[in-house]
Amino acid sequence: MLEITEGSFAVAEAVRLCRPQVISAYPITPQTHIVEALADMVANCQLDADYITVENELSALSACVGASAAGSRVYSATTSQGLALMFEVCFNAAGMRLPIVMTIANRAMGAPLSIWNDQQDSISLRDSGWLQFYAEDNQEATDLHFLAYRVAEDHSVLLPALVCFDGFILSHTYEPVDMLTQEQVDTYLPKFTPYQRLDAADPISFGMYATPDYYHEFRYETDNAVKRAKDVIKNAGKEFGTMFGRDYSAMVEEYRLDDAETAIVAMGSICGTIKDAIDEMRAEGKKIGLLRIRVFRPFPSEDIAQALSKVKRVAVLDKDISLGAKGAVALEVKDAMYGKTIPVLNYILGLGGRDVRKKDIAAIVAMVEKGQGDQFYGLRKEVL
Amino acid sequence: MVDKTLELFDCGHRACGGCGAALAARLVMKGAGTNTIVVSSTGCMEVFSTPYPETAWKVPWIHSLFENASAVASGVEASLKKQGRTEKVVIMAGDGATFDIGMICISGAFERGHDFTYICYDNEAYMNTGIQRSGATPYDASTTTSPAGSCSFGNKLPKKDMPQILAAHGAPYVATASIAYPADLMQKVEKAINTKGPCYVQVHAPCCTGWGFESEQTIAIAKLAIETGLWVNYEMVDGKVAKVKKVVKKPVEEYLKTQKRFRHLFKPKRQDAEIATIQAMADRNFEKYGTEIKLKKE
Repeated sequence: MLEITEGSFAVAEAVRLCRPQVISAYPITPQTHIVEALADMVANCQLDADYITVENELSALSACVGASAAGSRVYSATTSQGLALMFEVCFNAAGMRLPIVMTIANRAMGAPLSIWNDQQDSISLRDSGWLQFYAEDNQEATDLHFLAYRVAEDHSVLLPALVCFDGFILSHTYEPVDMLTQEQVDTYLPKFTPYQRLDAADPISFGMYATPDYYHEFRYETDNAVKRAKDVIKNAGKEFGTMFGRDYSAMVEEYRLDDAETAIVAMGSICGTIKDAIDEMRAEGKKIGLLRIRVFRPFPSEDIAQALSKVKRVAVLDKDISLGAKGAVALEVKDAMYGKTIPVLNYILGLGGRDVRKKDIAAIVAMVEKGQGDQFYGLRKEVL
Repeated sequence: MVDKTLELFDCGHRACGGCGAALAARLVMKGAGTNTIVVSSTGCMEVFSTPYPETAWKVPWIHSLFENASAVASGVEASLKKQGRTEKVVIMAGDGATFDIGMICISGAFERGHDFTYICYDNEAYMNTGIQRSGATPYDASTTTSPAGSCSFGNKLPKKDMPQILAAHGAPYVATASIAYPADLMQKVEKAINTKGPCYVQVHAPCCTGWGFESEQTIAIAKLAIETGLWVNYEMVDGKVAKVKKVVKKPVEEYLKTQKRFRHLFKPKRQDAEIATIQAMADRNFEKYGTEIKLKKE
């Protein structure tokens, strides 16, 4: 049913429909509306979950680790500083292969403190073993939660997953969202069956320490699991499309890319603006297209190389930066394009909530056409 | 009833000979029983008991991080409750994980009132990383980060009163125990397990490597700690001291002399003022808990 709702409420409703048994979270702007909505659902018996109100984010995710290991479907949500406080637990959860799903309302990292949007927070977790999905709009942010649980809990994957949507830009915006019914979700997402769990009837040890004789192979196996998620996403995304009409089988989305000479690569809500800008530039006869990355982990290198194989130039837009290097998305796209002669230029933009408009996209297209790039875009020279 | 023949912490682990913590684990598990899930913090016990692919634990066991055992246990307990399962949750953490790095998680978990039993095996320093001081290290003990030197007598701070802190959180059952009194220890664990809510048992577990004594002395030293009043075995039910172990008082130096961590108090010269300060701490314990058995004079 189509309803006009705030992004956070839509996400909370999606989470409710996934029937998590244990929720543990700590409030942080701009994630709060999600966890408040879930608390309200529990308080009104609309959601039969144990909601653990913890003293910080480290405990929030730690409680999820324990609850998941004991065999429950679990959920958390955070952003920015909260995710940073969870950093240690994040690697741990992935290493223990626990299918925790967590929403990130993307926000900048301090200092300086900023509550506004960019994607530095979740990007910084790229090496941890968590799957990472990025939503363009609230419909997708909603749907990706069903997909994330399906993929994370698949016994060939068994990894935690982040569903990322831009803080405020999506989390606090009202949009029409087609919400699935409980019956539909129950059909798509069956009851959680843990591969193994803490159980007195069948004792196993979780989280042992590994000597150099074993650690190396643990990382290899986890890396393989992240890569195996590609096929699982493809299949589960396709099934979603067949059942509900919205196909998420592709880890990247192509927009007017077929005959494009200039390709823009980006993630998240900025892609809506980019699509509008492309439409305007197309009307002027410019051959511009967009490649939107929906799944950042596993990284769809082959899909990207394939999609960009015929363009003349690529502009990668990053709402993050690996300081001293480039934007994280650009680094990976360049890696995917290794051996090709197509220039890939990087633009760091929109950090800490700086607005990105259609004219900015047009300006970046003009720059990439002139071969100017690998730089911050839109710096206010007067404050430097 | 505690089944004293039950062995849920198996032999073959990598602890030092004479390890007080390993003995504590074995006794705790006898008190806890088979229907138990153990949550461990990072530390000596975690390392010596679970080198992949081997484990000494015959019950389900999970270790996540150094500081988060009580938060992980909160999740385990909530998860079991939601599934209608009956296993009991026991946390096994060292004093560093308990007194220092885990404080926030512990406070939150005890405040929330989860049904678990927190066992702190207290060997009074960070033994796993090489004997650095923790909030549980006693006054004047020499550790690698509080070394005795030409202008220092070692650790300058008294031991943090962790049981009182947790009693103040409203824990229904808080106890201290010692490997020197195994029956008492097992009974306290059993009592904690069967008390609803977050319970805490702090077990004195001498470390021959870290404290500097011969491995066959572990039990004797644990016993001396109690007899000198530097460790008090007691129970607190709903915040009130309910039961204490009474002893015939011995001077603290009988305990201090047995361990290299206090050697600087006797060599190269005897430090009377420092020994007197420690004696005063023991005297306060005897007075506070009323643990002295006065012998009739001949």
